[in-house]
Amino acid sequence: MYIVIVGGGQVGYYLVKALLNENHEVSLIEADIKAVKRIEEELGSIYIHGDGCDIATLDKAGTERADIFIAVTGRDENNLVACQVAKHRFNVPRTIARISNPTNDLLFKKLGLNTTISSVNLVLEHIEGEIPTHPITRLTEFPKGNIDVVELKIPPTSPAVGKRIDSFSLPKGTIISLIVRKEREARLATKHTTIEAGDWLIMATHPEKEEYLHALFTTGEAIPAQRI
Amino acid sequence: MNVIVSGCGRLGAQLGMLLDSEGYTITIIDSDIINFNRLEPDFRGTALIGDGTEEDFLRKAGIEQADVFVAVTESDNYNIMSAQLVKHIFNVPKVVCRIYDPHKSELYETLGLDVLSSTCILAQVLKEKVTK
Repeated sequence: MYIVIVGGGQVGYYLVKALLNENHEVSLIEADIKAVKRIEEELGSIYIHGDGCDIATLDKAGTERADIFIAVTGRDENNLVACQVAKHRFNVPRTIARISNPTNDLLFKKLGLNTTISSVNLVLEHIEGEIPTHPITRLTEFPKGNIDVVELKIPPTSPAVGKRIDSFSLPKGTIISLIVRKEREARLATKHTTIEAGDWLIMATHPEKEEYLHALFTTGEAIPAQRI
Repeated sequence: MNVIVSGCGRLGAQLGMLLDSEGYTITIIDSDIINFNRLEPDFRGTALIGDGTEEDFLRKAGIEQADVFVAVTESDNYNIMSAQLVKHIFNVPKVVCRIYDPHKSELYETLGLDVLSSTCILAQVLKEKVTK
C-alpha cells in the first residue's frame, strides 16, 4: 500500500519506521528542515520537505495515488486541514488524523474523516474501569457498515448484574457476542447467559446506540425509547 | 446582533472597531493578550483571551448566542478549523472565514464554507490598478 504521512515528529518518525518494516511504500511530509535531516539520515529519501496542508506539496508527494493518508502533527487544525485536502482534493479513500483535544473527535467525524486517534482517549480507555463516566470503549470501527465493535465493563452496582441476556431489550442492530470474565476467560454469549459484576461485554452495534447501551448496562437508566 | 471575531490582528481589530461603532455587540477573541493593544480605548466590545478552536472557550465567549462568527487569525488552518467547528457543532447562522491560500479557499468554498480570500481580492484590485 502507498501511505502518505504528514508530521515527522516522534509519532510520525516511529510510524514511518514501522510501516517501512511492513514493506509499505511510505512518503513523509515535514515542514521543519531539522526534522527532515534526521529522517533522511536514518530512513533514507522518503521525505518531502514542505507543508502537509499545501495542495502543491501533497501533489508532489503523489497523494492522488495514496491508499491511506495519515496526519500526525502536534496541531489538531493542521491535521484536520491536511486530511480534508487529501480527502476532497485528492480523493484518498482513507484518512486518519491524530487529535490532541479529545472533544475534536466529534467535529472530525462530522466532517467525514475516517478515523481519529487521540492519545488522551487511549489512556482514558485503559483506565476506564476507574472512571465511571467514561463511555464505552470502541475496539474497532467499520464506517462503511456504520458498525462499531465495542467493549463495556459491568460495574458491581449495575442493575444488570444477575440478569439473563434475553431480559434486556437491546436496540435494533445490536448483538452481544462475547462475555469476558476474570482472567480473560471468554465465552460466546447466548440468551441464557447471566451477567455478572465485572464482566466485559463485547458487542457489535451502531455508533448512535452506544450511549443507550452504556446507560442500560451501567446505571440502568435507559434513555427514552424515541432516542434509540 | 452578536458578532464574534476570532483573531485581533490588524484585520480583526479593524473589523471589530468598525462594527462596534455601528452598534453591533462585539466579542473579539485572541490567544495573545498583546494583540488587544490594537483596539482603541473607545472600543466598547468584549475582548477575551483564549483558543478559538476550543469548544468550552467558545461557549464562554457566547457562541451559543452569536449571530455571526468571523475567523480572521493569521493562520489559514486555524480559521478553517474554528469556522467549521462553529458552523457544524454550534450551528451559528453566519460564519465567515478568511483564507490566504487561494487553492485552499477554492476547496473550502466547494465544501460549503463562506470564504474570503484576501489574497485573491487584493490581487484582483491590484491588477485593475496596474492595467487601468
